[in-house]
Amino acid sequence: MNGPMGHEPQSEGDTPAHGIPLPRVPQPRDAADDTLPAPEPLLLPDPAPPTCHFDHKTLKSLLGAWALWACSAEESAAVEDHLTRCMPCAGEAMRLREAVGLLQREDSLDLDPLLRAKVLKGCLGRRPARIPVPEWASPYDAETARLDAFLCDLGDPEWEMPVWLTWWGGKRELTLSGVLAHLGSIDGLVATAIGLDDPLGPGAPHTIAKRTDAAVTRCSSHTRGFVRNKWRTQTRDIVRTLSFAGTSSSDLPVDFTELVLPIRDALIDRAFACWIHAEDIATALDYPYEPPTPRHLNRFIDLAVRQLPTVLADRKKAGLTSSTGWLTETDTPGRTLHLEVEGQGGGHWYIPLDSPTAITSEATTVATVVLEGAEFCQLAAGHRHPEDLAAGQDGDREAIRDVLCAAASMSRM
Amino acid sequence: MALKPRGGGRMAATPAPSRWDRKMQQRLARGEETALCELYDRFASLVHSIAHRVMRDEDAADQITREVFGYIWENPDAFDPKDGTMRSWIAALTQRQAVHRLRHSEAYRVRADGARSAARLEARVREANTAARADFIRTSMPSSIRATLELTYFQRRNYRQTAVELGLTEDETRRRLRLGLQMLSTAMQPPQSSPSPPSGGVQ
Repeated sequence: MNGPMGHEPQSEGDTPAHGIPLPRVPQPRDAADDTLPAPEPLLLPDPAPPTCHFDHKTLKSLLGAWALWACSAEESAAVEDHLTRCMPCAGEAMRLREAVGLLQREDSLDLDPLLRAKVLKGCLGRRPARIPVPEWASPYDAETARLDAFLCDLGDPEWEMPVWLTWWGGKRELTLSGVLAHLGSIDGLVATAIGLDDPLGPGAPHTIAKRTDAAVTRCSSHTRGFVRNKWRTQTRDIVRTLSFAGTSSSDLPVDFTELVLPIRDALIDRAFACWIHAEDIATALDYPYEPPTPRHLNRFIDLAVRQLPTVLADRKKAGLTSSTGWLTETDTPGRTLHLEVEGQGGGHWYIPLDSPTAITSEATTVATVVLEGAEFCQLAAGHRHPEDLAAGQDGDREAIRDVLCAAASMSRM
Repeated sequence: MALKPRGGGRMAATPAPSRWDRKMQQRLARGEETALCELYDRFASLVHSIAHRVMRDEDAADQITREVFGYIWENPDAFDPKDGTMRSWIAALTQRQAVHRLRHSEAYRVRADGARSAARLEARVREANTAARADFIRTSMPSSIRATLELTYFQRRNYRQTAVELGLTEDETRRRLRLGLQMLSTAMQPPQSSPSPPSGGVQ
């Protein structure tokens, strides 16, 4: 730019910190002052700021920047000097500086994540939905909303932080966009099961690892806004499609390669994954992330526990268990493990140890494990080793170990 | 435990395109629960922050948030896209409901204390209304001006840095900063016409 300004390099130091009230609009001086002859700078060198080379038009144009503490020290001094002589400019300067306070928005308070459920419940009590979200899809709806709200507050440095995903026997470093790409690519298996497009396009791989690789590669060429939006839009599309399909769709199978789940369980599983990875992100950034609502926590525990007998049987076949079982026939009582989950969302579960089809009974209970709901979920996510678990244990140690290891082994990327 | 960054990291609020507004209204009218969920996700922090600014109380803000979303869910037809965006409608609705609640909750104090409490209450209402007008002005000013102001203020740039980042001349940057603040300063005057729709309260 040509003109009197802009010759000095700018530094951060020219801008005072925000939040410090600087009502530095000086009182207009006596009119007599204004009648004094202006000093002749060429003839009389003046130690005061050389204000004379700013004309009135320039000074007026600087008022906005001045009010925002966004001009150089020299310009600020020139403006402030000018304000002592020019009433119209002084009036405007005062108004603009006051207006700066109105820029401060107060919408940055974190909303209590539990408020969402309360507000929605209140609304639906006043007017029931004609097209409701299936009950088994609501944890997925809530967890994806919670992660999205969390992302909303993150700035540039946070998006650059490496995030470690860990599971039983594996870990992987991703960027935040990469985590969303991973989540979206596996959600994509649910999407395709209900007739939506595969986010990875036609002919995409099917296993979790390969889908994640493909998604991470694709996303690396997109902005984080694009990736976030793509992930979020798919989660919304899934819930909306399921709402229109109604509860009749609840048995539709979703193929995750190593296991097939009915969609009512697949959505619980994806909600669980969303929470766990949100926590991975929060951990990487050193931010807090609350556990889900007790009702949803209960669903997560219940799904894991329901899968346990089959996982145990598979591990037994593979020689990965140590406790000696009974030979039980289908529908007869077998050894039982009593799992007591404490806290809100907890409950009592009885797990058959000998066969997925055996009947559990209190009389044949050989062991009891007591632990917190969040702790159990950390175990099932592969974040906690069975040996390091804060759990009360009573009875057959080997049976307990088998169950806890089986729970941890269910964890995936 | 670290605190999350404030203000600067948040995405700039852009007025929702009216197509989104109309679609949302239709889906709400149809009774789609997912529409209600999306509405909440988009506007809950706006509603809660306005309510909190007026009431200065978390529980009261929660309560107003419930009332406002309950009202919209029950009366989606009360929104008229011709009068402005859904965002500004919801903001105005919230402001009115919050001021209504504030007057209600302070009424006993005004009765007990008389004139001084009444004056204090009116000052609070005035301040809250100024902030609401500022919100409205900020979201409806040209986005080029808003972006210049927000970059300078929230990211603490001097105007030359802002000019470089936005690819503007220094003259234009100064002009935008001054114009933006001039617009915002009109929020401090008593309004000729309020941004709030004139009638129809949240029950």
